[in-house]
Amino acid sequence: MESSNGRSGGIEVEGLVREFKNGPRAVDGIDLQVAQGEIYGFLGPNGAGKSTTVLMLTTLLPPTAGSARVAGYDVVKEGPQVRASIGAALQEAALDPLLTGREHMRLQTALHGLGKGERETRGTELLERVGLADAADRKVGGYSGGMKRRLDLALALAHRPRILFLDEPTTGLDIQSRTALWDEVARLAADDGVTVFLTTQYLEEADALANRVGIIDHGHIVAEGTPAELKAEIGRPTVEVIPRDQGERERTAAVLGRFGEHANCAPHAVAVLLSEGESQLAEVVRALDAEDIAIEHLQLHAPSLDDVFLAKTGRSLEGAGDEPSESAEAEAVGAT
Amino acid sequence: MRNGLGNQVGLLARRSVIRTLRQPAQIVPAIVFPLFLLAVNSGGLKDATNLPGFPTDSYLTFILAVPFIQGALFSVMNTGTDLARDIETGFLNRLALTPLRGAALLSGLLAGAFVLGVVQAIVYLSVGLIAGAELAAGPAGAVVLLALSVSITVAFGTIGLFAALRFGSGEAVQGLFPVFFVFLFLSAMALPLNLLTTDWFHAIASVNPVTYLLEAIRSLLIEGWNLGDLALGFGIAAAVGALGMLAASSALKTRLVRT
Repeated sequence: MESSNGRSGGIEVEGLVREFKNGPRAVDGIDLQVAQGEIYGFLGPNGAGKSTTVLMLTTLLPPTAGSARVAGYDVVKEGPQVRASIGAALQEAALDPLLTGREHMRLQTALHGLGKGERETRGTELLERVGLADAADRKVGGYSGGMKRRLDLALALAHRPRILFLDEPTTGLDIQSRTALWDEVARLAADDGVTVFLTTQYLEEADALANRVGIIDHGHIVAEGTPAELKAEIGRPTVEVIPRDQGERERTAAVLGRFGEHANCAPHAVAVLLSEGESQLAEVVRALDAEDIAIEHLQLHAPSLDDVFLAKTGRSLEGAGDEPSESAEAEAVGAT
Repeated sequence: MRNGLGNQVGLLARRSVIRTLRQPAQIVPAIVFPLFLLAVNSGGLKDATNLPGFPTDSYLTFILAVPFIQGALFSVMNTGTDLARDIETGFLNRLALTPLRGAALLSGLLAGAFVLGVVQAIVYLSVGLIAGAELAAGPAGAVVLLALSVSITVAFGTIGLFAALRFGSGEAVQGLFPVFFVFLFLSAMALPLNLLTTDWFHAIASVNPVTYLLEAIRSLLIEGWNLGDLALGFGIAAAVGALGMLAASSALKTRLVRT
């Protein structure tokens, strides 16, 4: 789909690489396509390459190799045109604690070249939309984390961008603030046709918001598709059992092995993918009981994006992020 | 759509001034600390006026030049710390995603130093005159003194910008503050150059630009109109400002690697 100027409102990436001095390849040859109006969830643990990808796509960090077009413009050769087409709320809400919300809006709209009358109208409209009208004249230093994030989003929308980059927009927010932000992002895509590139380490965020999800790990995209497609790849539910006596772990594994192939799980647990689905659960319990194995904990769970991550990388997304922060690496080249 | 360089400088200048005025912790020490040292020095060193060749019989008038330089040194820290905070919080990236030009960013940020420089100069001169210092150049000299003081403050501010862009941290910028004070102490701060009898100290003070900034200010306070000293003072301020801006522009290109 193309806009009135003949340019696409999407993102096309081919073989994108970013290598840091004396460091690993933070992004190692990724390919992806995001269509106009789509919400693309970029999921991965800390250090996977999400933020580095966003920095490259928003022109703040030159790629080492590969190519990317954002809104139809090349991120290397047409940086100013890319920046004019995009809005971005990067990892930390980048705000000046000494300015008010309204002063931020005035500065942002003015720097984007909106006329004086339009600045006020647009600023007020956006502050109302993100629920900050009442706090607009308060200094941002006194805002809560959720308010800062909402202001950050409003600022990213100041010049009516066709593509919005949100880098972990809900990290650290309470559930209410998170849900409010999700609603606004979903509305932007549905009503305004804004393309959203959203990085997150929250599975439920990608699941709830994204039309398609790309899972990145160690700089590689390891899976891509709609959340439903990705979960269908895994297909079967998993039953996870923790025996009361850890000495019974091997026997437990042997019993569970009758019901399907073993799956990755926590070290003190045993898990299998049920070959015939959740109807086998009662049989599993009976079999364990027949073998006189006491159970500390038993859980059946439907396939989730975490299972997809686990299946693709051999690790769970939770806890997979204990790696060097990519933003720290980006900072080393002055690009944070 | 209005988005020329002048407009961008104005927008950033407005923000810089608002920030400065909303941070009393930046303004108060930059005014109070130099005045405190002025009181200590003018009382403790007044017998220096008895030395043969001392240019005035009022040590207060002689030492009044020092707060203007000390105040300017605060602008290194204030301007640099503000920009370093923008780097640390990611606000610089927010600005980088707009059509903002680098020159507008740097010039706009110096507006805060300009305002602080004006306030400082008015306070120092007023306090000095009330305390009994002389201003040989008269009311017109006060205007030139204000212009010179602000030029020095803004020029030193460019060094703060460079330090912030080069190191990217407020702590690093603040760490430079004592280094700059060494320049002040190794100048003709307490005595005129011709009365510095220790060879090594005289040699250093002779090549230290701060000496000539002090002499330019003193010329207005003690002599009246010494165009040579004034030209040298303004020239040094312009040179420091130009070199600082050049270095800051280069550091900005490295820091902001946007395509």
